[in-house]
Amino acid sequence: MFAAENGLKGDPRLQAISDAIRVVPHFPKQGIMFQDITTLLLDHKAFKHTIDIFVDRYRDMDISVIAGVEARGFMFGPSIALAIGAKFVPLRKPKKLPGEVISEAYELEYGTDCLEMHVGAVPAGERVIVIDDLVATGGTLSAAIRLLERVGAQVVECACVIGLPEVKGQRRLNGKPLYILVEPREIDGCC
Amino acid sequence: MSAYRDKDPLIHGIQSKIRVVPNFPKPGIMFQDITTLLLDPKAFKDTIDLFVERYKGKNISVVAGIEARGFIFGPPIALEIGAKFVPLRKPKKLPGKVISEEYILEYGKDCLEMHVGAVEPGERALVVDDLIATGGTLCAAMQLLERVGAEVVECACVIELPDLKGRERLNGKPLYVLVESR
Repeated sequence: MFAAENGLKGDPRLQAISDAIRVVPHFPKQGIMFQDITTLLLDHKAFKHTIDIFVDRYRDMDISVIAGVEARGFMFGPSIALAIGAKFVPLRKPKKLPGEVISEAYELEYGTDCLEMHVGAVPAGERVIVIDDLVATGGTLSAAIRLLERVGAQVVECACVIGLPEVKGQRRLNGKPLYILVEPREIDGCC
Repeated sequence: MSAYRDKDPLIHGIQSKIRVVPNFPKPGIMFQDITTLLLDPKAFKDTIDLFVERYKGKNISVVAGIEARGFIFGPPIALEIGAKFVPLRKPKKLPGKVISEEYILEYGKDCLEMHVGAVEPGERALVVDDLIATGGTLCAAMQLLERVGAEVVECACVIELPDLKGRERLNGKPLYVLVESR
């Protein structure tokens, strides 16, 4: 569900965040309008607004874990975790985490990929928010949810800065609530 | 310069949360795992606070973080000191126009990239990563920033492996670390 429909309607911070995102046409391939958040990270005020909105939402929800999806989830997750006093747990591509891991495979357009989490990072029963920069098909986030549920954690919500049309109108992913700040930007008169 | 030498009790707390994983990614390497530090909210906050205390008010406008663990420490520091965060990434990850800097690995080469236009000439920058080993990656990061005319004020890492002498590869640039691991 979009932040604007959930208490933040007309909040000027959302417009500032949206304006700070750059669209890069045809990356990584023809036809894809890539939503580039690196320009948001260059805008200190807008970046701070992004973190503040998530922190305001989660600080009183008794969240003990923020799980961030590699690599852009790492750019947002830790700041939220620090502000609400939660642990930060990185969910990584294969072979990056040094200790014992559990793995969850997920479908790509062509082939499969895999997300890993350290064994013991999240005890059973802990309340978790999963964070990434953007949700498209939801494949990666679904894998993240499965990883956390396999260790008995409770995924309270998935949080993303941007939500693509595939998820528009969807308030849940795998039965979990989805909280999104902005829609994708479009380029006027592009291709 | 090393915060370790100050014997700050916060440093001992941070060091105690870093897990050593033997023989990762290959036999003989004692891997310094910071994920256990991230599981301790107080120790993680102390880590960030120590860097923020050092860099706040020093007119630093850019914090550049090295993929991927630099992305964990860099943004919280950037947000606290009022700087931009600039991700330095492996090839083909950044969508826009990039500049690239190659660096030598033990076997072969790798490459670090930065978006054109992210950093302007004259900006004062920090480079952040979780750990400095040989210094090769940090050196490449500094090169990228200097090529666009930025001034690298300091490199900041949580952990240093002093036996690998990475400090000497930084072309005279200062290095600040919280913890040494021998």
